[in-house]
Amino acid sequence: MDIDFSPEDMAFQQEVRTWFKAHTPSDLKRKTVTGEMLQKNDIVQWQRRLDGQGWLVTGWPKEHGGPGWTPTQRYIFDLERAAASAPVGLSMGVIMLGPVLIAFGTPEQKAQYLPRIRRCEDWWCQGYSEPGAGSDLASLKTTAVADGSDYIINGSKIWTTYAHWATHMFCLVRTANTGKKQEGISFLLIEMDRSGIDVKPIVSIDGEHHLNQVFLTDVRVPRKNLVGREGQGWDIAKYLLTHERTSIAGVADCKAHLANLYAAAGERRSGGQPLMEDAAMRLKLARAEIELMALEHTNFRVLAATASGKAPGPESSLLKTMGTAVQQTLAELGVEIAAEQAWPWHDGGEFGSGRHAHAMPHYCFSRAATIYGGSDEVQKNVLAKMLLAGGTR
Amino acid sequence: MNFDLSEEQKMLRDAAQKFLRAEYRFDARNQIVASASGMSHEHWQRFGEFGWLGLGLPEADGGFGGGMLETIQVAEALGAALVVEPYLVSAVLGAQAVARAGTAAQRATWLPGLVSGQRIVSLAHTEADARHDLAHVHTSAMAKGGRWVLSGRKSGVLGAPWADGFVVAARTSGTVSERRGISLFLVEAHTPGVQVAGYKVYDGSRAGDLQLDAVVLGPDALLGMEGESLGLLEHLVDLGIVAACADALGAMGALLRKTGEYVSTRKQFDVPIASFQVIQHRLVDMFAAVEASRSLVLMAALHAEHPDAATRSRAVSAAKAAIGERARFVAQQAVQLHGGVGMTEELDIGHYFRRLTLFCNLLGSTDHHLQRFATLRAVA
Repeated sequence: MDIDFSPEDMAFQQEVRTWFKAHTPSDLKRKTVTGEMLQKNDIVQWQRRLDGQGWLVTGWPKEHGGPGWTPTQRYIFDLERAAASAPVGLSMGVIMLGPVLIAFGTPEQKAQYLPRIRRCEDWWCQGYSEPGAGSDLASLKTTAVADGSDYIINGSKIWTTYAHWATHMFCLVRTANTGKKQEGISFLLIEMDRSGIDVKPIVSIDGEHHLNQVFLTDVRVPRKNLVGREGQGWDIAKYLLTHERTSIAGVADCKAHLANLYAAAGERRSGGQPLMEDAAMRLKLARAEIELMALEHTNFRVLAATASGKAPGPESSLLKTMGTAVQQTLAELGVEIAAEQAWPWHDGGEFGSGRHAHAMPHYCFSRAATIYGGSDEVQKNVLAKMLLAGGTR
Repeated sequence: MNFDLSEEQKMLRDAAQKFLRAEYRFDARNQIVASASGMSHEHWQRFGEFGWLGLGLPEADGGFGGGMLETIQVAEALGAALVVEPYLVSAVLGAQAVARAGTAAQRATWLPGLVSGQRIVSLAHTEADARHDLAHVHTSAMAKGGRWVLSGRKSGVLGAPWADGFVVAARTSGTVSERRGISLFLVEAHTPGVQVAGYKVYDGSRAGDLQLDAVVLGPDALLGMEGESLGLLEHLVDLGIVAACADALGAMGALLRKTGEYVSTRKQFDVPIASFQVIQHRLVDMFAAVEASRSLVLMAALHAEHPDAATRSRAVSAAKAAIGERARFVAQQAVQLHGGVGMTEELDIGHYFRRLTLFCNLLGSTDHHLQRFATLRAVA
């Protein structure tokens, strides 16, 4: 047993650290530290910069442009990226669609889409949830009916992050109503400029517009936009849920966030003294840091297992519940440290900038972390099933 | 022992609920929040007509002659309706300051307008480096030729952009965190040298920072005894906390009811999600949180005028700390159980969530009041 990085890994860490230090734009740093929402152009420019370095599609195999890193190297990369206050800036295309196309796409689909994702020429959004299909995703009702060489799509997708920026959507649709409801689901690619698509904004409780509802009315797409086989959509979605196991915990960003909180508590004052000298605040930060250590080392264990080729298991559910708990605790601490400096609404004039300006919206949106991507309750159902089947490992 | 409301208290509560349900619906409230001023002076004057703004004031001052038990009836209804008008600020903190410390002339000048809803007075007691420490006052008031000259900056002043006047805590002697030497001053908002940097708050209300640059005031601006007002300030903040706790209780009760309704109708896996035990137990935890909060609001209100200040403050800090924890829990779980729709600005759930989040750090955080309770207990 060995908890240290290898000398090669440490050399790699140094290389990555040096690069981020030199190349992270200061406005992106500021936005990352304060929690200000990134705009589309911020993300696109940043992704292109990472791609120029060969560091964008870190989870893709080498033949498709990935750097060929080990899971440990990918973790180190993420750690250094977050420590440099550089944004994740990863899009749905890079994290989600790329791996799906690589595993399930036709050679034509790979050739058509993968290079464009890497160069950020396309912006992909994810069309999974529907008004009636949240935790019970398999009950989704958006239909794709074959018509000659096309599908005709009708229905509505909701909570679609950045659909208003998107050029394309990958979508779960129902192609059959027979058998188990999971079996009638297919994975389909839709260009957002097709007629019959209407994107309606949803403002969330942080006061920002990230989310949308997408209405699809008689939208026609060619059948070649199907990924995998008809009815394979559920398996593809499940594959994706366990794919990004090492980043689901959000360890790297939590560490960066915690460092920011310590800095903020050093700056804020209470009764004229630094807030860090307040015993209760110190203990609270200590408790959060210890929780983060537990998360980090659980993540390490999963990482080590993945590196040695163990099959994906329910660890992603465990890492998600543990990770989101830490993320939400840190966000909450941000509001508490800021006290009245967290009050001003985000465009609050002279109060609209500075370290604490986004503490409140950040906390508000952090509450979504236990809702999206399978709610906390759903993750615990998965874990309970595993436990009761005797699979405690 | 008797926890029944008096007939008068019941009437107050019922009338407040009835009026706000009819006249302060969520959509109407959002229009008020989005308006240029951010508050409805029309509603505010109605509150005055109903007697809500003078509930805790003596009849001699045009008030209702009640106390915190009356005030919490209205405050709870205001919280349940997400009311943004400055009830806590003006009708409790501001009005009580003037009523308790004011001379006959000061009371006659300020209170009629406060009671009728013509005027709004806010309490400007905190500073950026003070956090929750009421004795940490940098702002200075110097006596100069029979006048007072105030200089300094107050932060987190509730309702600041709406206020016609401020009760400002300033230091007339002593060093920055000394208990003695703190005085209160009545400052008209339009006095030369007074500047308000206002902003919209995440709960839809307004607040601001108050910049005081050599503000010259007459001798009649001093409110209460020179250098001896910290005790009064502590009492005022305690009263404000009781009202804030009742407001939070109203918001928590509304969330419990709305969440219960939602999980009973929202179907997933072909059944209402309320049929899942994890949801049922969560709802019960929320219910227990609301009930404990109600008990503590009553306890704090019953101790609000206790002759022993430490006993009073202990009761108030206990309520604030415990209700703070519960407000956080109820707010978070209401969003969680609503799922995606709970995250939307369109639904009222998120607005309650933000109101309760701000409550947790209002007039002293949960931790601050835990520490205060523990300290007072050690003394007692």
